[in-house]
Amino acid sequence: MDFAEIREKAVAKWEALQSSKTPVIYLGAATCGRAAGIEAVAEEIRQTSKELNLNISLVEVGCIGPCFLEPLIYIQKNGSPPVCYGKITPGKIKKLLEDYLINNDPRPDLALGTLGNGRVSGIPGLFEYPMLKHQTRLVLRNCGIIDPDQIDHYIARDGYLGVKKALEMSSSEVIAVIKASGIRGRGGAGFPTWKKWEICHNVQSDDKYLICNADEGDPGAFMNRSLLEGDPHAVLEGLLIGAYAIGANHGYIYIRAEYPLAIKRLEHALSQMKSYNLLGNNILGSDFSFDIKIKQGAGAFVCGEETALIASVMGKRGMPMPRPPFPAISGVWGKPTIINNVETLGTLATIMRKGGEWFAGFGSESSKGTKTFSLVGKVKQTGLIEVPLGTPLKKIIFDIGGGIADDKKFKAVQTGGPSGGCIPAELSSLPVDYESLMSAGSIMGSGGIIVLDEETCVVDIASYFLSFIQAESCGKCSPCRIGTKVMLDILKRIKSGKGEIADIDKLSSLAETIKNASLCGLGQTAPNSVLSTLRYFRSEYEAHIIDKSCPALVCKDLIKYAISEEKCAGCGLCRKKCPADAITGKKKNLHIINESICVKCGICYQVCPSKYGAVEKTTGFLI
Amino acid sequence: MKNTIKDIIKPYRGEKGSLIPILQAVQEKTGFISEDAISTIALNMNMSEHEIYGVATFYTQFRYTKPGDHMVKVCLGTACHVRGGEQLLDRTENILNIKPGQTTLDSAFSLERVACMGCCALAPVIVVDDKIYPNVAGPKVEKIISKYSSSDEKE
Repeated sequence: MDFAEIREKAVAKWEALQSSKTPVIYLGAATCGRAAGIEAVAEEIRQTSKELNLNISLVEVGCIGPCFLEPLIYIQKNGSPPVCYGKITPGKIKKLLEDYLINNDPRPDLALGTLGNGRVSGIPGLFEYPMLKHQTRLVLRNCGIIDPDQIDHYIARDGYLGVKKALEMSSSEVIAVIKASGIRGRGGAGFPTWKKWEICHNVQSDDKYLICNADEGDPGAFMNRSLLEGDPHAVLEGLLIGAYAIGANHGYIYIRAEYPLAIKRLEHALSQMKSYNLLGNNILGSDFSFDIKIKQGAGAFVCGEETALIASVMGKRGMPMPRPPFPAISGVWGKPTIINNVETLGTLATIMRKGGEWFAGFGSESSKGTKTFSLVGKVKQTGLIEVPLGTPLKKIIFDIGGGIADDKKFKAVQTGGPSGGCIPAELSSLPVDYESLMSAGSIMGSGGIIVLDEETCVVDIASYFLSFIQAESCGKCSPCRIGTKVMLDILKRIKSGKGEIADIDKLSSLAETIKNASLCGLGQTAPNSVLSTLRYFRSEYEAHIIDKSCPALVCKDLIKYAISEEKCAGCGLCRKKCPADAITGKKKNLHIINESICVKCGICYQVCPSKYGAVEKTTGFLI
Repeated sequence: MKNTIKDIIKPYRGEKGSLIPILQAVQEKTGFISEDAISTIALNMNMSEHEIYGVATFYTQFRYTKPGDHMVKVCLGTACHVRGGEQLLDRTENILNIKPGQTTLDSAFSLERVACMGCCALAPVIVVDDKIYPNVAGPKVEKIISKYSSSDEKE
């Protein structure tokens, strides 16, 4: 079967699904949807449809983005556009199916919106929903829309046309298209993709490797997981395009073992590619041959660094090597190797199809195109988003994220994972592009945006990231191995109220040394969280050191819990829930916390009914 | 045991750089990496035991003692951290009466802290075996753990 026939059949299959006479229910079944309980919802749909004598097809799709509304389902009746419903529980299913599928009431009161063209009366389009309205979806165009296990769905939506077009060009021409697009690496450093490729392209070698870096190690980031789970073929097509451009014949996907669903989707996708001659020898009848293997990471953050990743692929300890030689010249088994991030690869097919200039039309002067972010932390609407680069931070946090959760005060936003920094609320009009974030003391990183509110302590955040880095430091070079340990000890001291004012200078000077003297990117960026918080929140460090107080009421050693005499109603909930048995009091009488046994777990504070709000946190009592 | 491990190694013979996949497969099958397993791999892959131990201990995925019947993982990714992940870990430690990396005396539970499960929008999360529980703030964790302990004691 040639590709034209494959495509024709795929389109027919996709259209048949969309115009199906049988109702179709699409289930948001990415990891986040599963965690939120989509499997129980699916089971309920199966049971109820039997009970109601309804014939329904169930289709699993990936994550469309607004994770805070999970679990999500989309009901498509009689070929009309699928209607999306959020926060679905098994208990809501029977009524919904009866209402919509039997009594023809799509329940606009419950619906979030419809997918695709056309409308269902009374329901707006899903992409008019506030969180989705301000987004531009190039990379995520299929996520949550297609069944990721169906290569035909991907092909029907112009999948593999990008690689087909590439194969009709010379490899240099493909690199020229990517150059015109201006795309820079989406994994963190932002190095222009075409430049890296060109170096490798110009090296002569019988064997070359292209590796997809799916070792998404930044805590707080899940863009790559969502893309791989929702649209694996987009990434795989990107691998084909990249491999053709640089002349690679072997491919690896280096993916973290913590992403079992993404691995399953990829394995399935690879077998489908083979059956369509999209993998192996003479791909699509051309001279281009390429194979792809999956390598599971074994849990080492430093393996996001290119030379460490290469060592790990070769079965060694994932320790970075000095560069040069650069991997593009000498990488896996000494052969020229290019490592591209999942999102970079996931963007390439669209660039090939629509042209480099088209892609460069999105984004800002120096940062072209769109970028996916995981918008999490203390924000109302958490989830996976995609916006043009250059979008101001506040647009992301307030228009897309809906503002700060529980209407608390916006304090800062952390970007770039452990290598990044905190940007204060005052700078929220900052455009999100590589240069602006860098000048503000943070980095783009792979795309985690963690929103912090007034109840987040920046000293605690800096110490959190540093303890992460310190644990993940491979130990090869001493600035990183010892320097991060010493910095962490100082931070812990400050957090426990034992800091001295000279500690601030010590932190700054250690940070400079570690930045300048470490071997790899992990060490060179390790101090960013401390430097950026010192830069913008010095007074908060001083409060910990001088006043022995934690203004955000987070650092355990600097806070205590007490029960207000006026407010306590003596309900006894705190006493029952206290794991340390530190609370005493008779029913309907004032309860008291015994400070000497209190472990400061905060359960009493959380369980005290809000109508009383009797448990209070205080700080600054040490002086 | 030896034969199981030999069977695991077989398909990787002659393939360069296959130590990590072999260790992963051994752990998947036997629950942990035993001393015996390391010796068998060393013999069959023509490597020194030191080299294998050196590689294995570099990565956080590998365990060297038999894990409990249920693996409890508390996520301490950034999103979970700012939404109370540390408190969740404290609470879980209290309930199970063990620290991360340890197994309860009755071998019912092992506890681990993990860096990120990629479910940041649903933070804080806890994972028991393969099931992810979202938004586990407050005292919810007790109920989750008790679900697993009660069924165990009876069976």
